[in-house]
Amino acid sequence: MNDRKPPGRQNPMEAAATRNKKTPVKLSREIQARLGQQLRAMYDDVVEQGVPDRFTELLNRLDDSENKGKP
Amino acid sequence: MGIDESVRQAILGAVPSLRAFAISLCGSVDRADDLVQETLVRALANIDSFQPGTNMAAWLFTILRNHFRSEYRKRRREVEDSDGHYAESLKSQPDQYGRVEFSEFRAALAKLPTDQREALVLVGASGFSYEEAAHICGCAVGTIKSRVNRARTRLAELMSIDGAEDFGPDQATRAVLVGNDRS
Repeated sequence: MNDRKPPGRQNPMEAAATRNKKTPVKLSREIQARLGQQLRAMYDDVVEQGVPDRFTELLNRLDDSENKGKP
Repeated sequence: MGIDESVRQAILGAVPSLRAFAISLCGSVDRADDLVQETLVRALANIDSFQPGTNMAAWLFTILRNHFRSEYRKRRREVEDSDGHYAESLKSQPDQYGRVEFSEFRAALAKLPTDQREALVLVGASGFSYEEAAHICGCAVGTIKSRVNRARTRLAELMSIDGAEDFGPDQATRAVLVGNDRS
């Protein structure tokens, strides 16, 4: 007696599939993954350069000037 | 007594990521390093407004982002079509970023509107949560989410012009990184 689905409720998977068909540019997970990978590779390439000396020196200088009162 | 040692370490610890963020914003290593320097000067001048125990990186990113935005607005008045100008400056300096292999991706990234680019980088590379990114950009979490989504869609379009199969051939890494954020 309960073999009919309640009206108005859709299986979530079906709902997602319908949505995907309606969206013209739905990114494939593969493309998403590649974009994410490239973005992080590019970013990490800079991060791995560490702290350039100019910034360590800058902090030392600013710290000194704070010690002596603002110049 | 100067800067507290733990504060100093926290600031220095954030510098590599700040630089990467700055480069993604302005497209030039030299300009990015100036931006980081100006950020550090401002941060130390206002160190009393930093609340100990909160996220130092997020605080510094906020200062850098706001500083960049105000500079950017100034320049926008001076330079017509700043996004196009930015893309041009990248083209003329393909090696500025250090590695030629990223040049295609960088060119695509440069074509995104600044608000989408910064949202994508904060969430997709800097490792901030949507909430933190929203705080840094001074907007709603939903706004960040939609900017990130639009950025991804647009990037995919831009990259696929040259053939989606041509970029990022590292299959092993790809399997690990299925489109999600780092956080």
